[in-house]
Amino acid sequence: MSGLYSRRRFLRNSLVVGCSAAASPLVTPVTLAAVPGEARLVVIILRGAMDGLDAVQPYGDRDFASYRQKLPFGPDAGAQDLDGFFSLNQGLGDLMPMWKGEELGFAHAVSTPYRDKRSHFDGQDVLEAGVSGEISASNGGWLNRALSLIPHARAETALAVGRDNMLLLKGDAPAVSWSPEIDMELSDHGRSLLDMIYADDPLFHSASAQAIELSQEIDRARGMNSSKAQQAGALASFAAQRLNDETRIAAFSIGGWDTHRGQKTGLPKALQQLATSLTTLKAELGANWSKTVVLAMTEFGRTVRENGGGGTDHGTGGAMVMAGGMLRGGRVYTDWPGLGESALYAGRDLMPTRDVRAYAAWMLRVQFGLAVSDLEGLVFPGLDMGNDPSLSG
Amino acid sequence: MAHSRQTISAFRYGFGFGADAPPQDADGLLAHLKNRRERLPVSRPMPTKDRFELFGEYLINQRPRNRREEGGQARFKATKSSIGAVRLEDFKRILIRAAYSRRGFRERLAWFWTDHFTAEAKNTLLSLMVPDMIETAIRPNLGRSFAEMLQAVTLHPAMLTYLNQKDSVGPNSPVGKRRKRGLNENLARELLELHTLGVGAGYTQKDVRQLAELLTGLTIDENGFLFQPRTAEPGAEQVLGKSYGGTVADLASIKSFLNDLALRPETARHIATKLTVHFISRLPDPDLIDTMTDAFQHSGGDLSAVYRTMLEHPAAWTDLGAKVRQPVEFVAASIRALDVKGDKIAALSNRQLNTEILGPLRQMGQMPFRPSGPDGWSEDETDWITPPALAARIIWGSKMAARYGPEHDPRTFVEATLGDAASDTLRLAVTRAASRGEAISLVLASPEFNRR
Repeated sequence: MSGLYSRRRFLRNSLVVGCSAAASPLVTPVTLAAVPGEARLVVIILRGAMDGLDAVQPYGDRDFASYRQKLPFGPDAGAQDLDGFFSLNQGLGDLMPMWKGEELGFAHAVSTPYRDKRSHFDGQDVLEAGVSGEISASNGGWLNRALSLIPHARAETALAVGRDNMLLLKGDAPAVSWSPEIDMELSDHGRSLLDMIYADDPLFHSASAQAIELSQEIDRARGMNSSKAQQAGALASFAAQRLNDETRIAAFSIGGWDTHRGQKTGLPKALQQLATSLTTLKAELGANWSKTVVLAMTEFGRTVRENGGGGTDHGTGGAMVMAGGMLRGGRVYTDWPGLGESALYAGRDLMPTRDVRAYAAWMLRVQFGLAVSDLEGLVFPGLDMGNDPSLSG
Repeated sequence: MAHSRQTISAFRYGFGFGADAPPQDADGLLAHLKNRRERLPVSRPMPTKDRFELFGEYLINQRPRNRREEGGQARFKATKSSIGAVRLEDFKRILIRAAYSRRGFRERLAWFWTDHFTAEAKNTLLSLMVPDMIETAIRPNLGRSFAEMLQAVTLHPAMLTYLNQKDSVGPNSPVGKRRKRGLNENLARELLELHTLGVGAGYTQKDVRQLAELLTGLTIDENGFLFQPRTAEPGAEQVLGKSYGGTVADLASIKSFLNDLALRPETARHIATKLTVHFISRLPDPDLIDTMTDAFQHSGGDLSAVYRTMLEHPAAWTDLGAKVRQPVEFVAASIRALDVKGDKIAALSNRQLNTEILGPLRQMGQMPFRPSGPDGWSEDETDWITPPALAARIIWGSKMAARYGPEHDPRTFVEATLGDAASDTLRLAVTRAASRGEAISLVLASPEFNRR
């Protein structure tokens, strides 16, 4: 009377579907990997180019006000003061306790080596591939190359929704992704028939084998969250569960940063998703939070000047958000270039004074003991890591 | 394995086998582009003007002040439900055309160009305008020149809104000076990067900036597209080594730029490559791309000539299966294969459509009208056949098979749906299935059905 599924499964599935169809577009996947040891690393890709200058506002820079009329900043506009020079966008307000506990920090005026064309897609590719020059599919992502240097790294299961495959973790080392909304319960007979028809097609075979294995393992209690912040929280919550188990490296992405207009309301919404992700990770990791570092990175910054629509356009230098019990937080790591006309990159963007990959590299060194020569030669080819910023301890 | 031309035609250039035998050559496929009206169970698209009127009504009724008036909430609700009804019809129209059209190549091209000129229906205005752009700017130009389509799309309210052009103001224009407003370079950049030259082409940030200045004045008002001289940057702009416009900004110089842009050799190669990558293979035959690029240039960007060159090349008829059907194609092809009656889709309510079609499509990774960015949907098959997305295909196909499968004999279903693409293994698996429904599920889940 039926196909591969029992009727009960259809009904259950369609309930999930009814709920999710009303929610926002694609939620991104979480990708996870297991490595030995207790140190944990979470990388969050902020897709769409976060305005670092509005997230972590240099209100103490005397030139800043001349560029921003429609985008209020600084403690006078309700932002939280961080250190007398920088203030925190209200969208990240929930993170102030983390800042005060020195578990939240920022790197400012940073960028990848990507310059001038300011394309999201290329910018994200460079960010995730971690290379300076031409990207080819065979490069894979930097996190995957880092994994390949950690002995005994294994694939670990993960839960995700959407097509948003992350280049970051693509490559030869094992890592897996999955989606929390999908529940596939097959009869033994159905499973063997699927195995049979996929046997000669490696792409379908590996996807279905993983789907079958994962759907058996995973309890799918979550996934009915409606707001974007809750969805980001659900991703973080899922990542935390796995990190409490065998997973040691997790990656997912958050969208909503491409604020060409209406940034005053748009950016806090996106930041709120990030804040929820971080507070969820801290809460649900419990004692393991003390061994964790989170890096939230974006493809590039945005123009110093606001544009005609109360937004900002694609720029160059920006900010990275860092958190976790292993972080020496409570500070903004930066060699601040200033915002005077002549200090800007191409007369329009925040001048990057350090390669954002250097911070990621030092973190990988701290967390997983990778050698500087490997980090500069293999994980981030061509990178000069520079002085140790002492991100931990 | 070599496949027959019929099978390649049905899979690669259509949505699968249907009532008519698939054309086996360029002439037959290009005949799909002749604009004869087809009788399909779809409503006529709402005209652009009415869409703007409806949006105007929405703007008024959604104001908190107006909603507090007597009957205000009810008026707002009624407007929202009218908009919902338009959206429902818009989506059914693309699905029904894909599933039932006897001119599959035309529908596949419409899907290709909609993706090439991605605009995401991410707010109320765009949800009304994106389908309108497909109807008025893309579909009428499928077989015409690329320049005509480029101009129609670039000046369409959906694109002007999606890529923020409508808010871009020349800093030295009357409005720019008085209100201190400025440029937004989003459309200028994507026009070069995605729509024409391609990111590898030799344009610079300066070209983007100059183009953003040239494009000022393109905007919309409550009636639709408008060239607004008061926001247009005065003076000539140098883009890609050529000067456009004079002291007085005008629409003609923008059109003249778009025309030049459409005919650039980089554009020809970019379009030829994208067509090949979409229809044939992510790793296409270089000779095919060269030949199509030449055809583009020699014909002044005549799209029919470019398609013809592709379809007359030997590589167009070999190595079926390098690509994977995108989820919308998979769903349309399944409906077509199962011969679900068109009026059943036409009769779906909003809620049913969400539960039965849109929700599953989301899980397969493709929400129609909602790609995640202006670069559109992925052409990489590994992005579509991930564990969760394949599971979603299997689950949905199984559900459809349970409902509509029992009407079919699985052995004839395999042959009718897959032709000589069916492997012996699949034929064997089908005979071992425990029920008709299970057998049909296997066909829909098979690599043969999901590849093209």
